Amino acid sequence: MEWLKSARQTFDLQQYVVYLGFLAIFLFFAITLSDDGFLTTRNLSNIVLQTAPATIMAIGFVFVLSAGEIDLSFGSIVAVSALSGAVVMQDYPMVAGIAAGLGVGLAIGWFNGVLVAYLRLPSFLVTLATLGLFAGLARSMTNLRSIPVVNDAFTGFFGSGALFGIPSLILWTIGAVIVGHIVYRESRFGAHVIATGDNAGAAQVSGIKVPRIRLAVMMISGGCAGLAGLLYAGRLQAARYTLGESDLMTVIAAVIVGGTALNGGKGSVIGALVGSLLMGMLNNGLILMGLSVSDQMIVRGLIILIAVAISLRDTSR
Amino acid sequence: MALNATQETSTGPVLELANIHKAFGGVVAVEDFSLDLHAGEIVALVGDNGAGKSTLIKMISGVHAPTSGTISLDGEAVAFADASVARAHGVEVVYQDLALADQQPVYMNMFLGRETVRGPLNLLDRKAMMRETQALVDELDVRIPSAKAIIRDLSGGQRQGVAIARATHWAKKLILLDEPTAALGVAETARVEEIVKILRERNIAILIISHSLDQVFRLSDRICVLRRGVQIGVRETAKSDKNEIVSMITGVA
Repeated sequence: MEWLKSARQTFDLQQYVVYLGFLAIFLFFAITLSDDGFLTTRNLSNIVLQTAPATIMAIGFVFVLSAGEIDLSFGSIVAVSALSGAVVMQDYPMVAGIAAGLGVGLAIGWFNGVLVAYLRLPSFLVTLATLGLFAGLARSMTNLRSIPVVNDAFTGFFGSGALFGIPSLILWTIGAVIVGHIVYRESRFGAHVIATGDNAGAAQVSGIKVPRIRLAVMMISGGCAGLAGLLYAGRLQAARYTLGESDLMTVIAAVIVGGTALNGGKGSVIGALVGSLLMGMLNNGLILMGLSVSDQMIVRGLIILIAVAISLRDTSR
Repeated sequence: MALNATQETSTGPVLELANIHKAFGGVVAVEDFSLDLHAGEIVALVGDNGAGKSTLIKMISGVHAPTSGTISLDGEAVAFADASVARAHGVEVVYQDLALADQQPVYMNMFLGRETVRGPLNLLDRKAMMRETQALVDELDVRIPSAKAIIRDLSGGQRQGVAIARATHWAKKLILLDEPTAALGVAETARVEEIVKILRERNIAILIISHSLDQVFRLSDRICVLRRGVQIGVRETAKSDKNEIVSMITGVA
C-alpha cells in the first residue's frame, strides 16, 4: 500500500503546481521589476482587468475539456459576438446588443455542439473548421472595419464602469468564476460533464444523457466566448475582427496549467482562473522587462511549455 | 428495507421470462427462452461464445427489446424503452468492462448519474454520498482504502467490488452479473464470490454469466444452458455435475 500512498501524494502535489508556479513567477517579477512598477496596485489591477475576457473563455474551456471534447473556435466566436453586439447597438439599446452578442455565441456553440454530439464528428475538426469559418465571417461582416461602441451604459457595464469602487471587469470575472465553479464542482450537471469525459460509456449506462452533455458544453463555451466578446467591446469601446484572435494559446495554456486534463474527466475552474492570471502576469512582466514583441513570444512559449510539461507529467500513467 | 417488502408482498418469481425470442435481421440470437428467477436465488447462465447469453442480459436490462415473448418483474409484464427504465424498475447490471469512471472517487461512481443533492440549489451532497458509500462497502466487506479513493488507484478486484456494491445499492430486485470475475486473479475472484453470496442473503435474485464451471458450481442454485440461441435445459446445481453441464454446452454426449 506504500506505492498507493505515494501515488496519491504526487497527485495532490500536481494539483498545486499552478499555485506554486503563480507564486514563483509573482515573486520573480516582484523582485526583478520592483523599480519598474510591477507591484503597484494600478499595475496589478491592470493585470486582472486585461485577463478578464481570457478568464471567462477559460471557464467555458474547462467544461469542454472536462467532457472530453475541445473547442478551438472560441476565438472567432469572440470576434463575431463583439461585432454583432456593436452593430446592433448602433441602432438599438444596450439590452439588444447584449442579447445579440450572447445569442450569437450560444448559437455558434449550439452549431458546434450539434455536429459534435449528434453527428459524432470529432470536436477537434469541427471547431477547427468553424474557427476558420467564423474568423472569415467576422472579416466580411464589416469589411475589416472596426465598429465603435458609443453606448455609455454598455461601456460602463462591460468595460470602464465600477460598482462600489470595484471595476466592472473584475466583478464579471469574480461572478463568472463563482458561478462556473459551483456549476462545475457542486451541481449534478457538472458531475455529469466530468463523468462523460472520464468514461462516456459508463456515463451512458448510468443514465446520463451523454449527447445532451456534449451539446451543453459546446454551448457553454460559445456563451462564455460571447460574454468575453462583450467585455472586449466594452473595454476597447469598439469591436474588431481581431478580438480574441490571439487568445487561443493563452486560454488553452491557462486551463491546462490550472489542472484540467486535456483528455477529460478532471478539471478546475479556480485553477483556470489562477492559470489565466499567471498568463496575464507573465505578459505584463515581460513587457515591463522591456522585451521586444518577438522575445516575449519566445519566452512565453517556453514558459508555457515548461508549465504544461510539469502539470501533465503525472497524469499520463 | 425494500428487499423485505418485496418478499412479503410476493412469493412468485422476481423475474419471469416467457418464450423470449430475439432476431437481429434474419439472424436468430435467442429462440423460445423461458426462465423463472426467485428472490435469494442465484441462477448461472452458461454456454459457449455466441450462445446468446449477453443478448439475454441485454434484453432483461433494457438495452435490446425482445422480438417476441414477455419479460415480467414481480408478475407484471414490462417493456423497457432503454437501460434507465430497467434501472428504475430495480434491475441493475454489473458489466464485464466495469463501467466505472476511473478518475473519480469511489463515492461519485457509486452515485454516477444518480447523485444525491441538497438545498434549494440542488447542490451535490458529497458528505451524504460518502457516508452511504462507506456504510455499504463496510457491509459488503469490499476492502478499499476509503470512499474517497480514486478508482484508478484500486486493484481489479476492488474495482469489481465497487461495481457490485453500486449495483447492490440501487437494485431492488434483480442483479445481472456479466462475467464479473473474467479479469480477476484467484484471490480477487474469491472476494467477489463472497460478495455475491452476501447479495443472495439479502434476498436479491441474481443472474450470473460465467465461463468458469468451478465458479458456477460454487455459487449457483440452478444452471441454465444455452447453445446457439437454444435453451438446452435448466438443472439444479446440487443434482447435476460438471460432465452433464459440459455435454449440454457442447452437445457432445
